[in-house]
Amino acid sequence: MSAYDKLVFELSSPGRVGFSLPESDVPGKPLAELLPRKFLRGAAPALPEVSEFDVVRHYSRLSRMNYGLDTHFYPLGSCTMKYNPKINEDMARVPGFARLHPLTRPEDAQGALRLMHDLAGMLAEIAGMDAVSLQPAAGAQGEFAGVLMIRAYHASRGEKRTKVLIPDSAHGTNPASTAIAGYEVVEVKSLPNGEVDLDALTREVGPDVAAFMITVPNTLGMFEPRIMEITEICHAKGVQVYMDGANLNAILGITRPGDLGFDVCHFNLHKTFTTPHGGGGPGAGPVGIKAHLEPFLPAPVVVKDGDTYALDDKRPKSIGKLQAFWGNFGMLVRAYAYIRTMGADGLRSVSDNAVLNANYIMKRLEADYDVSVPGPCMHECVLSARRQKRQGVTATDIAKRLLDLGFYAPSTYFPLIVEEALMIEPTETESKETLDEFCDAMIQIAREAQQNPAIVTSAPVTTPVRRLDQTRAAREPNLRWSPTR
Amino acid sequence: MANVPADLKYTREHEWAKREGDRVRVGITAFAQDQLGDVVFVELPKVGAKVTAHQAFGVVESVKAVSDLFAPVSGEVLEINAELPQKPETVNKDPYGKGWMILVKPSNAGELDQLLTAQQYEEFVAQGGGH
Repeated sequence: MSAYDKLVFELSSPGRVGFSLPESDVPGKPLAELLPRKFLRGAAPALPEVSEFDVVRHYSRLSRMNYGLDTHFYPLGSCTMKYNPKINEDMARVPGFARLHPLTRPEDAQGALRLMHDLAGMLAEIAGMDAVSLQPAAGAQGEFAGVLMIRAYHASRGEKRTKVLIPDSAHGTNPASTAIAGYEVVEVKSLPNGEVDLDALTREVGPDVAAFMITVPNTLGMFEPRIMEITEICHAKGVQVYMDGANLNAILGITRPGDLGFDVCHFNLHKTFTTPHGGGGPGAGPVGIKAHLEPFLPAPVVVKDGDTYALDDKRPKSIGKLQAFWGNFGMLVRAYAYIRTMGADGLRSVSDNAVLNANYIMKRLEADYDVSVPGPCMHECVLSARRQKRQGVTATDIAKRLLDLGFYAPSTYFPLIVEEALMIEPTETESKETLDEFCDAMIQIAREAQQNPAIVTSAPVTTPVRRLDQTRAAREPNLRWSPTR
Repeated sequence: MANVPADLKYTREHEWAKREGDRVRVGITAFAQDQLGDVVFVELPKVGAKVTAHQAFGVVESVKAVSDLFAPVSGEVLEINAELPQKPETVNKDPYGKGWMILVKPSNAGELDQLLTAQQYEEFVAQGGGH
C-alpha cells in the first residue's frame, strides 16, 4: 500500500456535506446587521466539503502513520520519552476533574485545589524546595518564571544585576528564557568532559551577575561532581543558581536540587512525571523555589487554611499570572496519580533503572561508536559518530537508518559541544529485550557504515516519505497549501 | 583538514579576518561551515553599527544549530554582504570569498595581531578546539 498523503482539502467535492441542519425556528438576520462590515469576508472560506465517512477514513488512515511511544521505542535524548501509565488517563477523566469549570468557585472545587496543593508539596519535597508554582505550561515557561522571580528578588534588594551565566552545553531554551526576561546572556565554556569550568565560572561571577543556570546532570549525561562548590562560588557573590530540571529523571530520590544549593529549579511533568509529551498533550513545567523567593511566586497560590483550600491572589510582590486559569490542570492530575502510584521507593527505582538502562546501552555500543565522555553516565549517554563520519556517514544518516530498522532516532547534534552527537535516553520503562534490539540495530548500522555506507546514507526507505529536504524547507518555507495549485 | 588560507587571521570561534588596507573583512571558516552543515539563515548588523572584538555581531543558522558570529576586531561596520540573507548557501559554497559577512573599519588595529595565525588555527582545530 502506498503512503497516504492527502490533505482533507484535497478530498473536497463541491456540494458534498457531512450533515444537514434543520431549518432554524427563530427568525434569522443578515450577518451585515450583526457585525461591522470591516469584519466580514467578501467570499466564503474554502473549507473542505466532505462527508462524515470521508472524514473518518481520512483521519483513520493518517492515524495509522502515527509513530509514538505506545508503538515504538523512542530514545530521544533529553526528552525522557517514558511510558505514560494509563491509570493517569483514567484519573484525568474522572468527571469531577475533567468536567470542572475553571471558574468554579473555590469552595465548590476543594478536591481540585487540594490536588494542586498536595502536588506542589510533593514536588517541593522531591526537589528539596520550599514552594512550587504549578502554573507554567512548559519547561521553558518554568525557566522564564524562575528567572523573573530572580529578577524581582534582586530588584527588591535594590541590586542592579544585568547578566545571566549559562554553560555552552545548555538547552537552547535557557538563553532564550533569560533573554526574554531582559538579561544579557553570557556563555561559560565547559571543560572537554562537559563539566563546568570552575576557573571560568569564578572569573565571570560578580556583582553584575544575577544568576547561573545549569542542567544537572548535564547534557552530556554526566553528574556535575563539583556542584556544591559551584553553588557556593555563586552564592558568595550574591548570584542565584537555577537548575534546569530537564534531567531530573536521573536523580529522583537520590539527591535533591535544594540540597545541592539551588535556589530555583523547574520540573517537566511531561518528562519525569509521565504526562503525555509532544503532540500527545500540553506540557507542564512547575517551578520550585527556596523560601527567599516565595513572595515573588506567580499568583494566585493555592493555600490551605485548616481543612479548606483557597486561591490567594493578594500577593503584592508576585511576578504576576502566567497562564489563563490555573495551569494545565489535566496534566497536574496525571502527575499526581503517577507520584501517588509510584510512592517514594518507586520514584527512587525510576532513577536507578533509568541510569542502569543508559549505561547498558553505552556499554553495548562503546566498541562500535565513540563515547563522548568515558565512564558511567547518568540517565542518558552521548555517543559521537566521529568514526562513522570518516566513511561519509553522519549522525543524521544513522538517525534515518534507525527509522528503517523500526526505532525512533536519538537526539542528534545536541549537545553542540559534541561532534556528530547521538544522544540516547532509553528511560527506565524499557525492557532489556527492547534495549538489546535497539543496540543490535545500532551495531548493524555501524557495520553497514564500514562495509556499505550507501545503505545508511540513502535511508530511510521504509517510511511513508523518504529523506526530507530540510535545507530547502528552511530556506524556502512554504507553509500554506493553496487550492489553485 | 579543511582549507585554512595562510594569509588570514582566525578566532577561536572560527571566524576569519582579512586585512584589506585599513579595513578588515570578516567571515566564517571552511571548518565552521562544514561543522554547521547547510546554512539556512544569516543575520548581519546594519552598516554603521559598532562591533566589539570577541562579542557577537550576528547570527548564523544551519539545519543543525544556531550560532552567534563573533567579531575578530572592534570597529565600525562599513559594508555588509547584502546577498547573504537571500543566498545563505554562499557561506557553504565559498566561505572565504563570496561568503564574506562584514567589512569593518577597526578602531584598534593591534587587535588583528592578537588573532590566531593559520598555523595556530589549524593546531587549535586539530586539538579538538572545534568542540
